[in-house]
This record gives sequence, C-alpha cells and structure tokens, in this order.
Amino acid sequence: MPPDFIAAWLNKNDIFTAMTIMEYWDGMVTTVQLVFLCLIIGLVFAVPLAIMRTVKNPFVSGPVWFYTYLFRGTPLLIQLYIIYYGVAQIPGIQETFWWEIFREPFYPALLAFTLNTCAYTTEIIRGAIISTPHGEIEAAKAYGMSWFLRMRRIVLPSAARRAVQAYSNEVIFMLHSSAIASVVTIVDLTGAARNIYSRFYAPFDAFIFVAFCYMALTFTMVFAFRKLENHLLRHQRPVGS
Amino acid sequence: MKKLMIAASCALAFMAGSVQAQDTSIGSSDPRSLRIAFDVPYEPFEYKDENGELTGFEVELAEAMCDQMNATCKFVIQAWDGMIPGLLARKFDLIMSSMSITEERAKRVLFSEPYYITPGGWFGPEDFNTDVTDMDAMNGKTVGVQRGTTMDTFVTEKMGNVVSIKRYTTADDMVLDLEGQRLDVVFVDYPVGEQTVLSKDGFKEVGESVKLGEGVGVAMRKRDADIAREVNSALRTLKEDGTYDTIMQKYFAYDVKI
Repeated sequence: MPPDFIAAWLNKNDIFTAMTIMEYWDGMVTTVQLVFLCLIIGLVFAVPLAIMRTVKNPFVSGPVWFYTYLFRGTPLLIQLYIIYYGVAQIPGIQETFWWEIFREPFYPALLAFTLNTCAYTTEIIRGAIISTPHGEIEAAKAYGMSWFLRMRRIVLPSAARRAVQAYSNEVIFMLHSSAIASVVTIVDLTGAARNIYSRFYAPFDAFIFVAFCYMALTFTMVFAFRKLENHLLRHQRPVGS
Repeated sequence: MKKLMIAASCALAFMAGSVQAQDTSIGSSDPRSLRIAFDVPYEPFEYKDENGELTGFEVELAEAMCDQMNATCKFVIQAWDGMIPGLLARKFDLIMSSMSITEERAKRVLFSEPYYITPGGWFGPEDFNTDVTDMDAMNGKTVGVQRGTTMDTFVTEKMGNVVSIKRYTTADDMVLDLEGQRLDVVFVDYPVGEQTVLSKDGFKEVGESVKLGEGVGVAMRKRDADIAREVNSALRTLKEDGTYDTIMQKYFAYDVKI
C-alpha cells in the first residue's frame, strides 16, 4: 500500500484520528505498567513462597498451599471485584490512609493481579524445584553444602531453567487477563477501545485495532522469552547449532 | 434510551424496508383511525395496571392526542425488536414507545416533533455543596457517567479538562463507587438516578438537571406526512392547553416537557 493511500484513508475515517490514537496509546501505557509491575512483584514473592511450599513442615507449606489454592481456584474477575468494591465497603476505610491507595482503581487492580499471578508463579516454580534431579542434590550434599547454599547454587538455578517456558505462558496470560481492568474504570487498552466503541458505535474498528495492539505486545514478549530461553538453555542445544 | 437496541432494530428495519416497497399501491392510512404501538412494560411510560389495563405517561398522552385529532385509536402491544419493521409492514401506524429521535432511525421512519425528554441529573452525597456549573469549584472532582450516553458526551465536552471522568457500563457499578466515595458526583439519566441513587439514604440531587439529546418522538411511515402534520399540531395544542402538564405531573416529579 502506498503511503499517500494510507494518509488519504486516515483523513477520511472518523475513528482513527490523532485523538483516538492517543487514547489507545495512553491505554497501552497503562496496560504495560500494570502488567509489568504485577509480574515483577509477583515473581519476587513467588520465589520464597515456592520454597516454603516445598518444605515438609505443614505449618510452613500449608498456608502457602491454601493461598495458591484460593487464588488459582477463583476467577480473576471475582478477585478484582472483591478487592475493588469490597474494600470500599469496609466501614471507616475512607478515613484511613489506606483509602489514599484504594481510592484510585489502579492499586486495587494491581493488588488483585499481583496476588493472582503470584499464586500461579509459585506453583510453576514449586514444580520446577521438586523436579530437581536427586543426583544433583546428593552431589551438593556430598560437597558439604548447607541447605541455603544448595538452594542458591544448585536447586534454584536449574529450577529457573525448567520454569522459564511455563512462566512465559503465565506472562502472556497475565497480559490478556489485564483486559478485565477496564471493568473497574481503568482506561487500559481495552478501556480505551470500549470508550471509542461507545463514542462511534463502531465495535469492529475499535476492537480489531486493540486486538492488534495486544498481539504486538504478545509477540514482543514471546520474542524476549525466546532470547532468554536460548540463553538459559544453551547447554541443551546440540553441538554446532 | 433503549440505545442498545438501535443496532438490532436498524438491521430489522432494513430488512422490512423491502416489504414496505411492495405495498406502495395502497394509499396512506386514514388519519381518523389509527393503530398505536407500545412496548410494555416500560414504567412509567407504558405498562399494565393491576386490572391489566394499558396505562402510563405515553398511553395517556396518546389518548389525549387521539381526542385532539378526532381519531379512533387502537393500542397495539409490540416487542421493541419488531417496532420499526412492524410499522413499515403496516401492522400499526404510529409508535409512541419512548423511541429517541436518532439520525439512524430517521432514515427509516418519520419522526414527529419531540414530545418528551428525560434530563440528565446530578446526584451526590448529602454533604456535596459544590455548584456543578462552576468550573473552578468543580476542578479536581471525580464525576461518574455511563459510557456512551448523552451525559457522557456532555461532561466530556464541557468539563473534560476540569474534572476527572470515570465511565461505567452499568449504573449499578457507578452507584457502588459513589457510595464508596470514589466518585464525588454522578451525572445520569434522571429516572435512572432517581431509582438507584435517590432510593438510598444520604444522597440527594446536587444540581439543575440538564436536557440533552433530541428527545423522544412519535414514529410514522415516511409517506404518512398528512398524519405527521396532524400529530404535530395535536401535540402542540396539548402542550399549550395544559393537558400535557396534567398528564406529566401524574407520572413525574420533574420536567420532561420539550
């Protein structure tokens, strides 16, 4: 398609003006912020939780099991509703400093997303930890490594390699799940699309464009994860490839 | 009003257009005998009372209009989806069922002058004392609207730079956030606000209601221009001689006249 054709098309359509493109852009920024923050925080908490989950003592592993069971067993939308609307119903919350945080929809959504992704990530990492070959652990013990050193030098690095593929799926799912942030008035990508749809009564144009935006984000992440996998799993590649 | 059904009825109307094209040989309907369609229940505009009698604001207005026109009127119940197709297929002659005048519909049917409009109302907590028309006072306030409504367009255009606007899909979600103090004030279709916000303790109307949009009109077939003329003059008389106000006060605590 020649560029002047595109320019002509852009000029004659009502929907994709500079203003609506900016709305989509702002929405994209919000989506990326929300997803990036919740993934980072979720991952930071998931590693110790996953280790706790593998401990034999039921008083340590039990609460973590209950947490992951709870948050993997209920829909994210319900969790978001409970945190967003539920918190506002607590008597007197409006007078405390918590309200500064929970008044805006961003933080309740971030909390819900973080708790959700952290639960899934915990289980992914736990699976990778318990599938550590016994031989590796025995070898570490034979070297006289303490539990902590063994975890740091042997178990976690090899668990990270096994977890990265499953985790890349979780990241993509989280990006797609973030679309529900728009139900609590956050203007993310989907929120922008809904606003534009209702303004022009053009569902097809509004949503197809946003679908492409999500696809672009997804493929960027898939690409980044492929690079990471190549880096982490390069010892598994056949010699000379 | 009934916005979500616009698309469906337009599509159906388009299909029914071909039906209409075939029976153009039949002359215009007799203005002395009219069939008027309502979609019930839509309180307080048209609904059945305990005795099963059709009543409501639009029904009474239709009765008064028929008297004014010296016409014998028959009331027909028609589901909303088949409204415009039914009109074009000559199952009835007039629609008086809260059909908002829109460009899309005006391509299929002939609208009378508008005969009512529900205003947008400002609702907030008891202690809200800001003048909603004072842009300096409203600076930094959070306003809730229903996405895509005329109220949304109004606030976005008039106050978009001053207030922060939160858009909701349903009125219920919006009222929850008003109760939770996430919103300072909401701007909604008055009857909706009356049912949802004012029914709760601690909330009141906080500003002058504003009439938005083109209002609701009687819909007729495009070629029934004679009937449209009579309908318009009858409605005008009713509005002027006080009959309209009497009926309106029976059903509404606020002004819907246009």
